[in-house]
Amino acid sequence: MKKMALIASKGTLDMAYPPFILASTAAALGYQVQIFFTFYGLQLLRRDLSGVKISPLANPAMPMPVSMPVLLQAMPGMETMATAMMKDKLKKKGVASLEELRALCLEAEVKLIACQMTVDLFDFERSDFIDNIEYGGAASFLEFAGSADINLFI
Amino acid sequence: MNFDKELDVKGLSCPLPILKTKKSLADMPSGQVLKIITTDKGSVLDMQAFAHQTENSLLSFSEENGTYIFYMQKK
Repeated sequence: MKKMALIASKGTLDMAYPPFILASTAAALGYQVQIFFTFYGLQLLRRDLSGVKISPLANPAMPMPVSMPVLLQAMPGMETMATAMMKDKLKKKGVASLEELRALCLEAEVKLIACQMTVDLFDFERSDFIDNIEYGGAASFLEFAGSADINLFI
Repeated sequence: MNFDKELDVKGLSCPLPILKTKKSLADMPSGQVLKIITTDKGSVLDMQAFAHQTENSLLSFSEENGTYIFYMQKK
């Protein structure tokens, strides 16, 4: 059986998609998959994903309906607005929600591992996260990654 | 072409057409044919890649006014 190991290190809406899309698809293709969530990637394991947002700030590549000066992008509420717009767009284009993709990963037996060091670093509680995940460190990631056909850091 | 089951995933984007194809095939006995209807342009290459990697047979593919129709036979 082929194997794929991913590290999910980002916690923004746009960067949350690649690990879940690749993991669910690889599982559908018959791969055994593990995702190691570290640093900001831990946000993707929270029970409530509503805090996963996108910011136009410092992201000049983000397509905007109207061009917006950087100072305006820093105004309060801009992040919430950009997130709502992006979620609306994703829905209209038939892209699955993060919740849906994560559920599909779990259903396909993708193993989700939270980095215990960063859980402690940010003072998270295990109750912040969904139930069916494991907790481990670099050695447990490397044990699987060492024999994986695909290794990606996202 | 004859088929045993139909999957309509018009309007859905990557990776949902593939994931739903996988799920539909899982409930079917070997040798049966699944008709899949998509609008996702990426699915044209993706269905071929899926069939190739899962050893299911992509029997035919056609396009009609932006709609793509695949017939996939379960391994």
